Amino acid sequence: MTLSISELEEFARKCRVEIVKMVYRAQAGHPGGSLSEIDLISALYATRMRVRPDEPKWEDRDRFILSKGHASPGMYAVLAEMGFIDHEDLHSYRVLGGKCQGHVDMKWCPGVDFSAGSLGMGLSFGLGCAVAARLENSERRTFVMIGDGEIEEGSVWEAAMAAAHHEVGNLKVILDRNRIQNDDFCEAQMRMFDIPAKWRAFGWEVKEIDGHNMEEVMSGLDFLEATNDKPAILIAHTIKGAGVSFMENNPSFHGAAPNDDQFAQAMAELGEVIV
Amino acid sequence: MSDMAATRDGYGQALLELADNPKVVVLEADLGKSTKSLHFKNKYPARTVSCGIGEQNMLLTAAGLASSGYIPFASTFAIFTERAFEQMRNGVARPNLAVHLCGSHGGTHTGTDGSSAQSIEDLAIYRTLPNVVVMHPSDYVSTLELTKQLPELNKPSYMRTARNKTPVMYSGRESEIVIGKGITLRQGTDVAIIACGVLVSESMKAAEMLAEKGINATVVDMHTLKPLDGALIDSLVSQCGAIVTAEDHNVIGGLGGAVAEHLVTNKYAPLEMVGVADRFGESGQSDEMLEVMKLNSKYIEQAAQRAIARKS
Repeated sequence: MTLSISELEEFARKCRVEIVKMVYRAQAGHPGGSLSEIDLISALYATRMRVRPDEPKWEDRDRFILSKGHASPGMYAVLAEMGFIDHEDLHSYRVLGGKCQGHVDMKWCPGVDFSAGSLGMGLSFGLGCAVAARLENSERRTFVMIGDGEIEEGSVWEAAMAAAHHEVGNLKVILDRNRIQNDDFCEAQMRMFDIPAKWRAFGWEVKEIDGHNMEEVMSGLDFLEATNDKPAILIAHTIKGAGVSFMENNPSFHGAAPNDDQFAQAMAELGEVIV
Repeated sequence: MSDMAATRDGYGQALLELADNPKVVVLEADLGKSTKSLHFKNKYPARTVSCGIGEQNMLLTAAGLASSGYIPFASTFAIFTERAFEQMRNGVARPNLAVHLCGSHGGTHTGTDGSSAQSIEDLAIYRTLPNVVVMHPSDYVSTLELTKQLPELNKPSYMRTARNKTPVMYSGRESEIVIGKGITLRQGTDVAIIACGVLVSESMKAAEMLAEKGINATVVDMHTLKPLDGALIDSLVSQCGAIVTAEDHNVIGGLGGAVAEHLVTNKYAPLEMVGVADRFGESGQSDEMLEVMKLNSKYIEQAAQRAIARKS
């Protein structure tokens, strides 16, 4: 799909509206990390992912693994925009029997290829998907989205080491560097020091971008697609809650829903008219 | 005395025999020499993923492979599989991905490495996971046969193998070995001994000791703990009226626990459990460990006498 920068920005804006609506309706969920990742996932799906929304299990589809699976509203919004699910399905977020389980789940939602919910698992799973593609001489790529708080999980580094050792060049990671985790700012919970240096030291190709600047996002995705001899990670500097002023950089909105007034304000800020 | 062989060697041989299926892949965590997956690795390096000393990554890499149509066999020591329990729970069992996990060196029979290497809880923890089939075969041949059946299972499994050699019992009887079906090794009507793993041969010895005293025992090899062969247990209750379980595993949650759960919700018979008495092991030779943990044929025989005495 070819979209202009402004069209991508509009794609992401519509997804932001859906994210806030989902969390508001459910009065639960994770808006902050959904809003920080959404420009990245929007651009990835709208311009790079080789997928067939009408054939979600197509064997040679690219895989997208949302390892920070609590930020599921972001992925559901994109899946709806892409046509994997209906916009009506977004009403099933956190509802009994719904496609849109609290955390993305491959058993429940078309277009989801990983059952998330426990941090530190998606990179290893993606590594397995990437190794499988290589064994089959398939051109399909595996993209994995991880969070910055998530890299506190030791198993992430087991996977990082293994992916570099096996030179798994069809594994491409996006790190949503939004600087906030559940309880507080990352810097308060567990200082991260030089994240790019850590990944380089593990043998990865690294690039940093502003994860809300769509031109930079596109060049970052170019970098991921062009790196094929070793695993690559795009470290995207983002703002938790981006697009909704009172959620931005606010640890309280890692996992909390807006009230009625806040919802109205968010819709206004996102340019959505509620009738 | 019958031939002796280790069940872990049966696992290693099975991987070689499964290799004709191009979808079979093997994952290791730096213990392939011990779990015996190394034979596969040496012959099929391209289909082997070495994960270093990283069990959590191994389990989920296997899950990713399974989600892509491969049939992954991952192995390490039983105790170290437990380090990746949540990966097995959330990444394998929950999405019902057919990853086959093998934990070698299970039980106190593992011996001189001591308590840190002697898993006495693996069967219990994996039994609690929905979708997961749990096995603990007793000899080389049954391990080989059960492992070879796994690609048809289409769901995840955990199999415990043992480090040390045990008597080979099933040569020529391969057709009797089916996942989920207990095997009756000896028929008697006074008491039924249901055993798994290294204690199956000990139970056969116990049955011989009982026979010398005029007591006829049935011995069942319950190599599959989940799904449990409940129909067989019901028939043992009718036939014998007293049950003994025998396992090199904590009495909490393993074979004894599984049989107890079945008995109290179905046809009931008095049950005596031979197993590790909720304590950790220590360094010792295999036979010394079976003695110090009160697991060998002598203790199984005593348990059988107690079970018979409790018949109403």
